[in-house]
Amino acid sequence: MELTTTILFYVFAAILLGSALLVITSRNPVYSALYLVLAFFSAAALFLLLGAEFLAWILVLVYVGAVMVLFLFVVMMLDINLARLKEGFLHYLPLGLAVALVGVLEMVAILWTNPLGKVPAPSPLPAQVDNTRALGQLLYTHYLYPFEIAAVILLVAIIAAIALTLRRRPDTKTQNIAKQLDVRPKERVRMVDLRGPRP
Amino acid sequence: MWIFDWLNALPPLWVYFLIPLAPLAGSLVAGLGGWFLGHRAHWAPILGVTFAFYLALFVLLQVLHGRTFYGNVYTWGVFGSLSVPIGFDIDSLTAIMMVVVTFVSLCVHVYTIGYMHDDPGYARFFSYISLFTFSMLMLVMSNNFLQLFFGWEAVGLVSYLLIGFWFTRESANQGALKAFLVNRVGDFGFLLGIAAIYHYTGSLDYRTVFAEVPSLVGQTVSILPGHPWSVLTWIALLLFIGAMGKSAQVPLHVWLPESMEGPTPISALIHAATMVTAGIFLVARMSPIYEKSATALSVILIIGAITALFMGLVGLVQNDIKRIIAYSTLSQLGYMTAALGASAFSAAIFHLVTHAFFKALLFLAAGSVIHAMANEQDIRKMGGLARSMPITYVTFLIASLALAGIPPFAGFFSKDLIIEAVGQSHLADAGLAHVFLVLGALVTALYTFRMFFLVFHGQPRMDEHTRAHLHESPWVITLPLVALAILSVLTGWLLMKPVGLGGFLDSSLRIQPTFDTVGAIAAHWHGTAAFLWEGIQAWPFWLAVLGIGLAALFYLVGEGLPAPLQRIVQPAIWVLRQKYGFDVFNQIVLVRGALLLGRRFWHWGDQALIDGAMVNGSAQLVARAAASWRRLQTGYIYHYAFVMIIGFVLFLTYFTLGRG
Amino acid sequence: MIPPLLGQWLILAALLFSIGVVGIFLNRKNVIILLMAIEILLLAVNINFVAFSRYLGNLDGQIFVFFVLTVAAAEAAIGLAILVVFFRNRRSINVEDIDELRG
Repeated sequence: MELTTTILFYVFAAILLGSALLVITSRNPVYSALYLVLAFFSAAALFLLLGAEFLAWILVLVYVGAVMVLFLFVVMMLDINLARLKEGFLHYLPLGLAVALVGVLEMVAILWTNPLGKVPAPSPLPAQVDNTRALGQLLYTHYLYPFEIAAVILLVAIIAAIALTLRRRPDTKTQNIAKQLDVRPKERVRMVDLRGPRP
Repeated sequence: MWIFDWLNALPPLWVYFLIPLAPLAGSLVAGLGGWFLGHRAHWAPILGVTFAFYLALFVLLQVLHGRTFYGNVYTWGVFGSLSVPIGFDIDSLTAIMMVVVTFVSLCVHVYTIGYMHDDPGYARFFSYISLFTFSMLMLVMSNNFLQLFFGWEAVGLVSYLLIGFWFTRESANQGALKAFLVNRVGDFGFLLGIAAIYHYTGSLDYRTVFAEVPSLVGQTVSILPGHPWSVLTWIALLLFIGAMGKSAQVPLHVWLPESMEGPTPISALIHAATMVTAGIFLVARMSPIYEKSATALSVILIIGAITALFMGLVGLVQNDIKRIIAYSTLSQLGYMTAALGASAFSAAIFHLVTHAFFKALLFLAAGSVIHAMANEQDIRKMGGLARSMPITYVTFLIASLALAGIPPFAGFFSKDLIIEAVGQSHLADAGLAHVFLVLGALVTALYTFRMFFLVFHGQPRMDEHTRAHLHESPWVITLPLVALAILSVLTGWLLMKPVGLGGFLDSSLRIQPTFDTVGAIAAHWHGTAAFLWEGIQAWPFWLAVLGIGLAALFYLVGEGLPAPLQRIVQPAIWVLRQKYGFDVFNQIVLVRGALLLGRRFWHWGDQALIDGAMVNGSAQLVARAAASWRRLQTGYIYHYAFVMIIGFVLFLTYFTLGRG
Repeated sequence: MIPPLLGQWLILAALLFSIGVVGIFLNRKNVIILLMAIEILLLAVNINFVAFSRYLGNLDGQIFVFFVLTVAAAEAAIGLAILVVFFRNRRSINVEDIDELRG
């Protein structure tokens, strides 16, 4: 059983890192988005290994289901000149690699010297512990206000996204129902005297 | 006395408050309502000053009965440990000063009605002189240094306004400016002295400060490294610099002759009788400080003696009647200062009082002459006025005799007392000072009677038109003359013992026994008549008589100096005409130096350093730096992102290494 | 149940984070992939949070991941909206065309 989870950890970690690498190196943004979906899936699997079922499903539902679809939608909607975007692709690679390498080395060095890195695996969770219920209890009691604020942030994001992308098109024909209801007979009907000259 | 009875019912503080406020109210009425009152503007100031004089007399009587006052009335500011109140110190010294100030001021107020009645600035003039009376009273009644300084500056301001009263005259403006600037020099020293007092005693209240003085004895301060000086000497000398400015002692005397550009009543009130004696009053008031510093006393003594003799000598060659009297004022102030230096504070105050009366009289009589002569001030164009102006003539004569020190006129007593006190002094320079003062008696008599004979005797030298209009002045002018003349005769006799020998002033003064020159004289006191008899046998009197005789010989009998004598003294006269070159020195060294320095500061400091380097320079620096640094702002988002990430990594590195 | 040490999870997250950083350097011109790289960075942080939460027995970490996801979703939505508007105006999403801030 332990061996299985160890193997699963390494497998999913490898998939995660590999797909992340492919996200940043793919030629086509569509591929990148798809690889990112894969990365999220493997991250969700790792979350499951850590016993965070709720977050794992949220990750799949929100990210894969909503955010990544949005990404794909935008990528496909926009007519992007890929050739230009790829110019000088490797120009900054050495700098990026150097920065990343230094960052990784330092983080590893910290972990190496810090006892935190040596914390062993905790005892397995009891089967009846419900991660979602526990999170919910915490979220709706102790973290109620941050939760409300998070909701407001999402609302702001919705309004902002709509406000940014909404476009007035004068040439499209639409109904204005309020205006329709507001009409008066005088504005629409004109009485014309049709009596001609009497013979 | 019965006329004061109702005042006894008033709280004393009311009386003290009313004394300065009455002239202030008069000043405000005349100043603010002058456009409306016109030639009725004199009533309010005269009423105010009369009332102040009346109250001052009452206060003097109270003080004579031992009812003095010391205390704060109102605190108008508290800064940390320093509280600045308005307070009064009513003792014998203050009472005498109050009576002198209000009385001379009253005389001058009345006199002004006649003297200035054609002047368009009639109301303004009354407003100013009442304001001066208020300021001077605040000065003498103060019980703390800040109020003293207020009065000090206020009288300086009024002096400036009045010297420049005829502001359309170029010379009046220059004289006013000169007076103001020279007084600034003195005031700066005065202010430093006050600051030093506050620094060392932590208070500005007279009594608190005087109580601290014994603890300051022996304390030293090194202004120049390696030369420790007594703190008290420093304080005393700094305060004396202020007194030198106000009381026109060499070398800060140059403004007083120029101040004669003001109207004559002002010359009498401010530049002879009261304001210029503020310095004398100051030193007398600070006697507890000065008595602890023999160095300061020596400096005061020699400066006073130099002023007394050498300024009198300049008076010999002047031809403007007011300037002669101005130089005589300088000389007499020198006598008072020398008395202060000899610790004869009471003698100095005595001379201050008598001098206030006879010098005011002299000025006012000169004003009467000028008035009659249609504003001619040159004594060479006068002569023979005695017949046309009998009252002026007599009063002028009384004043001249008093000034020359002829008994029994007031000046004799006070001046003789001073000379004798200086003779008693044991300070190092007392011998020299004594010689100067004795010679001064000769010079005083000589210039006074040269002026007197040239003005009133001999052949008339004015033109026909002026001569036809010669007349005695109206009663508003002669009345103050007579009043002052009576006092010029009497004050010497009456005040010799109580004021001159200090019995009355003892409570206000603190004199070290070793310096007590007046005390030494008082020890051999056999009455005023005996003093008179001794005075007649002494040098100063005979020198004065000799001076009068020489003046009579040269200017009454003869026509000026005989030619052979003229040739001998020609170089000396040249030096005196140049007034020892003080003005030339000031003009060349100080004025040009200041202009040069100012120009340097302007070009180098303002234009080059501040404008060029600091203001424009910093702006240019920013502009240049910005011109190069703006290239950092490429506008590409990824550059900003890169900087952020690299910054993060650098921070991480610092975190790792710093912790390791 | 889970044999790896906490350090191994953290190293995994560090590697993922570095990949995100390199992604930003590589795809500096393509805003969409830049946004994706940022999602990778956030994912790395989330893995850290969950791992800490599990190994230290404290659920607060997972709550935080929840909020991070919320904000990340909002950010992605607005970022893409801005991108769409930008593309509509410029017919391009090339970052080199966005240099209005040049000094």
